[in-house]
Amino acid sequence: MNSTKPKLSVHKFSSCDGCQLALLNLGESLLELPKYVDITHFAEAGPNNPNAKVDVALVEGSISTPDDIERIKQVRENSAYLITIGACATTGGLQALANLADREAWMAAVYARPDTIETLSSSTSISEHVKVDLELHGCPVNSQQVIAALADLLAGVKPVSERQTLCMECKRNGVVCTMVTKGEPCMGPVTRAGCGALCPSLGRACYSCYGPAETVNDGALAQRLQSLGLTSEAVARRFLFITSGAPPFRDAGLRLRRPPLETDE
Amino acid sequence: MPTQHIAPRRPGFMERERLQDLLDALRLLGYRTLGPVVDEDTIQWREVDAIDALPAGVQARQGAGEYRLEVQPDDRLFAWNHGPQAIKPLLFSAEERLWRERLMVDGQIEIKQTLPEVEPTAIFGVRACDLAALALQDRHFLSPQHPDPHYKIRREALFLIGIDCAFSAATCFCTSTGDGPSLGEGFDIGMAELDNGYLFWGGSAKGSEIIDRLSLKPATEAQLNNMIQGTDRAAAQQHRFLPGETELKQLYEKLNHEHWDEIGERCLSCGNCTAVCPTCFCYSTGYQRTLDGRSAEMKRQWDSCFSPTHSSMGHFMVRGETTLRYRQWLTHKLAGWQEQFGRSGCVGCGRCITWCPVGIDLTQAVAALLDGGLADA
Repeated sequence: MNSTKPKLSVHKFSSCDGCQLALLNLGESLLELPKYVDITHFAEAGPNNPNAKVDVALVEGSISTPDDIERIKQVRENSAYLITIGACATTGGLQALANLADREAWMAAVYARPDTIETLSSSTSISEHVKVDLELHGCPVNSQQVIAALADLLAGVKPVSERQTLCMECKRNGVVCTMVTKGEPCMGPVTRAGCGALCPSLGRACYSCYGPAETVNDGALAQRLQSLGLTSEAVARRFLFITSGAPPFRDAGLRLRRPPLETDE
Repeated sequence: MPTQHIAPRRPGFMERERLQDLLDALRLLGYRTLGPVVDEDTIQWREVDAIDALPAGVQARQGAGEYRLEVQPDDRLFAWNHGPQAIKPLLFSAEERLWRERLMVDGQIEIKQTLPEVEPTAIFGVRACDLAALALQDRHFLSPQHPDPHYKIRREALFLIGIDCAFSAATCFCTSTGDGPSLGEGFDIGMAELDNGYLFWGGSAKGSEIIDRLSLKPATEAQLNNMIQGTDRAAAQQHRFLPGETELKQLYEKLNHEHWDEIGERCLSCGNCTAVCPTCFCYSTGYQRTLDGRSAEMKRQWDSCFSPTHSSMGHFMVRGETTLRYRQWLTHKLAGWQEQFGRSGCVGCGRCITWCPVGIDLTQAVAALLDGGLADA
């Protein structure tokens, strides 16, 4: 192939493949994409050439094995612009919960031969290992955000990331606050927008699958959630869930778990 | 005080059962009619063609960070106070396209403004505070030098039926800002809900014409008294207040007050207060491009002085800390607006108190900041 079109790759690390599925579910835009880029590697969709040099790499998944570390270095070296997509790639994902647990004990309990498993002691975001040019959050990622970023890059413009809170997205969409009207324990005020306010639009509390907003006042929100009847452990679990590897949420959750005597001084 | 607006009213009386007549008259004139409807546990503006869709006996109990609807055995359709939004979203759209750009074959760029399609819209039951807020938004978006075409086209299609408040929510403080609870100006038809019916009066030539056509009987002395009782009761129910505008200007003398930090510890910087505020008007813009690189749309959406983007300048954020963002919001709203628009930007609706997830109360904040006079800093 001697095409002059920019080259795009989609790589998978430790993940459920949901973000790749989100891309596959794009419909028309996905069919339109090959008109403007050559997709050199996207194993879930067919093309399989993981070591090709590309202009843009989309990376799904977290780093949780020694092999992941080597591969991500290679991907970085081969890519002019690297975009991480989804909660696993941007924060370590749900599997980062293992970082806070007794990994050895769990492996012994789950696997017949834990000694055959080669894994790192933690699941971490891509940006902890290589330079990342743009992070697109969410579990799964919002595929429209991916397309918008690609359209910006094709036009030679630096893509912008979503920086508002989920509350702003609810208000823009005319979604009524579930916390104020129903006392739902919502994570919206500390969560990054981008999902389209999906859960609150169905009357449910946000559980922060898009991870921390830029400003996280966990103390004030925790106090409010506790006043709604949640124990501090229940509040901790809301911070330590899909994006427990994101430092603001990890720290918030661990603070809530610390015995009260220590925090009181 | 409520009585000051009463003199020019000369209202006519309508039995509760006849309210449909007004709705029918408006629809006959080609208006889409919006009214208060219970939806998602709140009172919201929805299209209404029959009066029985209105919230009979529904009251909205509001507190700091709390909103609950309660139903009483009562025929009143406007006993609720207000919903999560004034009419701001109907004029200043939360998200909209401003224009389209296209790269032509000859290399020229074609830019086409995209205006919304609007139909004449009548809104039924707009409160005095929300009309005061609308007047402020008009001053901002319809400035003679730079009128906003998107806002303007929607605004010109609007017909407003205002209503006196006969009840206040615990979060209301419009008596102290001078914006309610009785209607001042800015409506086409004025309306008051009595114990057993309604009073109507014209507020514009168009409105008066419609009222005349309904051939209502002039209100009796007892009915007028009933109307005044309603607004007096609403005024008496208010326990929160803001000081006068001269005192509010003193907030500028309090920029180093320690209370800002106390609020900064509670504030989530989520932006809810600004999104429900009927006078807040900040927005951000950005391009949405097509993959072929040949066309783009300029979009705008509500922004907030609590968003990190709001004070970002290249690599520098002017107000990184929440304390500074809250200080910016409060001093601008209550003092800065006086210089910009000739009055404070607060109309006393209390939505920022109700819809704050952690219940921060601006009236308490102002009281704490101004307590002890000028000699702090």
